[in-house]
Amino acid sequence: MKILVPVKRVIDYNVKVRVRQDGSGVETVNVKMSMNPFDEIAVEEAIRLQEAGRAEEIVAISIGAPQCQETIRTALAMGADRGILVETEQDLEPLGVSKVLRECVDRESPDLVIMGKQAIDDDCNQTAQILAGLLDWPQGAFASTLKFSDGRVDVTREIDGGLETLSLLLPAVISADLRLNEPRYVKLPNIMKAKKKPLDTIPIEELGIDVAPRVSTIKVEEPPARSGGIMVASVEELVDKLKNDAKVI
Amino acid sequence: MTSYHAPIPEMMFVLKELADLDGVSGLPGNEEATPDLIAAVLDEAAKVAQEVLAPLNQVGDQQGSRLVEDRVTTPDGWQDAYRTFIEGGWNSLAFAEQYGGQNLPWLIATAVQEMWHAANMSFGLCPMLTQGAVEALILHGSPELKDRFLPKMVSGEWTGTMNLTEPQAGSDLSAVRMKAMPEGDHYRLFGQKIFITYGDHDLTENIIHMVLARLPDAPEGTRGMSLFLVPKVLVDEHGGLSQRNDVRCVSLEHKLGIHASPTCVLAYGDNEGAVGYLIGEENRGLMYMFTMMNLARHAVGVEGLAIAERAYQQARSYARERVQGRPIGVGAGDRASICHHPDVQRMLMAMRANIDAMRALVYLWASALDKANKHPDREERERHSQLVEVLTPVVKGWCTETGNEIASLGIQVHGGMGYIEETGAAQHFRDARITTIYEGTTGIQANDLVGRKVLRDQGNAARALIAWMRATDVGDVAGLGRAVASSLTHLSDATDWLLDGGGKNPRLAASASDDYLRLWGVVTAGWLLAKSASAAERSLTDGDGDVEFLNGKIASARYFGTHVLPHSAALLRAITEGAEASLALHPELV
Repeated sequence: MKILVPVKRVIDYNVKVRVRQDGSGVETVNVKMSMNPFDEIAVEEAIRLQEAGRAEEIVAISIGAPQCQETIRTALAMGADRGILVETEQDLEPLGVSKVLRECVDRESPDLVIMGKQAIDDDCNQTAQILAGLLDWPQGAFASTLKFSDGRVDVTREIDGGLETLSLLLPAVISADLRLNEPRYVKLPNIMKAKKKPLDTIPIEELGIDVAPRVSTIKVEEPPARSGGIMVASVEELVDKLKNDAKVI
Repeated sequence: MTSYHAPIPEMMFVLKELADLDGVSGLPGNEEATPDLIAAVLDEAAKVAQEVLAPLNQVGDQQGSRLVEDRVTTPDGWQDAYRTFIEGGWNSLAFAEQYGGQNLPWLIATAVQEMWHAANMSFGLCPMLTQGAVEALILHGSPELKDRFLPKMVSGEWTGTMNLTEPQAGSDLSAVRMKAMPEGDHYRLFGQKIFITYGDHDLTENIIHMVLARLPDAPEGTRGMSLFLVPKVLVDEHGGLSQRNDVRCVSLEHKLGIHASPTCVLAYGDNEGAVGYLIGEENRGLMYMFTMMNLARHAVGVEGLAIAERAYQQARSYARERVQGRPIGVGAGDRASICHHPDVQRMLMAMRANIDAMRALVYLWASALDKANKHPDREERERHSQLVEVLTPVVKGWCTETGNEIASLGIQVHGGMGYIEETGAAQHFRDARITTIYEGTTGIQANDLVGRKVLRDQGNAARALIAWMRATDVGDVAGLGRAVASSLTHLSDATDWLLDGGGKNPRLAASASDDYLRLWGVVTAGWLLAKSASAAERSLTDGDGDVEFLNGKIASARYFGTHVLPHSAALLRAITEGAEASLALHPELV
């Protein structure tokens, strides 16, 4: 089995995100970036499949600026075999990302695409689903357990009402939820080895697809600061405030 | 429980701007150490430090290591953490490739060590001692011993210890009595060693002790000591473990701090004698110890920095959360978190500035060590080797004394809560306290600086270093250039006093040595922070970098320049006019 793992470079989860002064987006200059944590879970799952003898090759792919190579190198240090950077300076929306990924799937012919269920920067939670649609492949989103058997994968999904298990025919697209696994610590010798693993760069123009954004951002601003709470004297007063001041009941 | 967050931007700034990371990466053999690789290494080390080691710091303090019969048990979680640590390859970071190491520069090893010690100093001590034993074996061991023991010590599958101290032989090692009797191709050792860090534990199946002992016909004093390798479990020619050697932990010390680090009394030869192998030649053991001393002393200096960083992070987060009183000058309105009170702000600034200063000094030293080892130009190697020699006691002495002060300030910021053990601030203070003592007390460092590093070569190395600092353009951000220039004059004057007068009276020189060491610390650190402020200002002008971060660098240099660097004048006076005052009374009447 060959596995394709898309990995996204996002603002590190420890960083307090700041809005750019001109309101055009969030500040990413001089901000620590790292791999989207859900994608890390996807990479880990792919490596475990390889270690269990179920996968022959893991290809990590990222789309974006040249710095995304660092994110791919992280995946390579964890254990992916090679990397592909589709280079663009443009911000892509999930549809654009999915189209790029479809092109890469056509070129690489993987048996499985596994990625994080969402990226912690825009929290879209769309790419895996759109990609499955574009490819007309089965999809298993929010996976918490995977079980492989002849040409199929049983995906246990975390849904609102509990757990649901789907049996998908391969090839398929899967998105990883938090409880699928706990990613390993990268070993120092593997960081060194990752530098020598192959990493190809493809300019996005070469793919000849339309990735123009469908949504335009008018303005980004900080959420309003939380105003101080008040103490109420009785249940009646609380109900009254909820009804008439907050107008939530 | 308190968390630790590795200050990677701070580390990278010092690596690049003050420790010449580019120069170190460019040294022959360091080709792999590119900036992107180093960034990845620091990121991954940070995860292990923050997520694996830091959460065990407090439980380690509370449980401590325990001795059950003759076996030491480490605190809960220690075994798993150690496994994660060695499986990650972290133990072998700076060792040569031929022994299974990763061959990264000491400069990078230093930044990573800072993380281990800040996260959990009691844990960090274990690989630190292994590093010393590995160095001893690499530098002086026979090829057979290296083949048999090095690979597993480099990987961390076996740990190492240093056995010098005996009850009657502490700072004065000439009093060592441990006996080594020749027997075929090996020796039998008899005697007792104390203060052996990680002398026994349950983290690995074997422990390799480096032991100072005397042969039957050895001369008295320091010239009669040989160095032996004594494994806890004997190892056959193929590297397999055979039977237990005749060495046992008979007691653990009850200490003020670093409770999780087992400090052992080791009994050698209670029965047939412990099998030991001679390292290098007979009677040269103490000299071999000296060749590892620079690294070991630097590593303790790193601990001073690291514990200060941890204490600072904790104090800072407490000061931002703890609400108490209104800001000065504001009569009414909301109460404020205590960081808004000028005196608390001052303490946090003092912590921050001194940490910046220590980190600069500690990293500069490591950078110089890499250049002393690997620079293609002989003169450059010698120049950096001189820097390493002169600054080793300064890094060790000044950074640990300052680390203690900062850990103490950490408690002060907390007020009464800091004095309560559950808060966690007190642990850093207790853990820090050993750093000015082991690996040579501050007094021993000061003697080393004055005696071996300054007087012995008539001040050549010291004066060359002062001249080099003088010749460096450090700019004059916030008046720091001028402040550094006058402090360098104080250092130069104090050096002249030692060489021209004070040094002729050994008691007087020894009496002045502690102030002289502090003077070196304050001036070299001030010089580095002046450079730091200039580099930050340059980046601000170029619009390159985080403005808040760079302004922080200038502010901390400015604090150091106005609050710490001026001590150089007082220290000069204490040296030249006060050395006699310390000795005014009869020693037994003080």
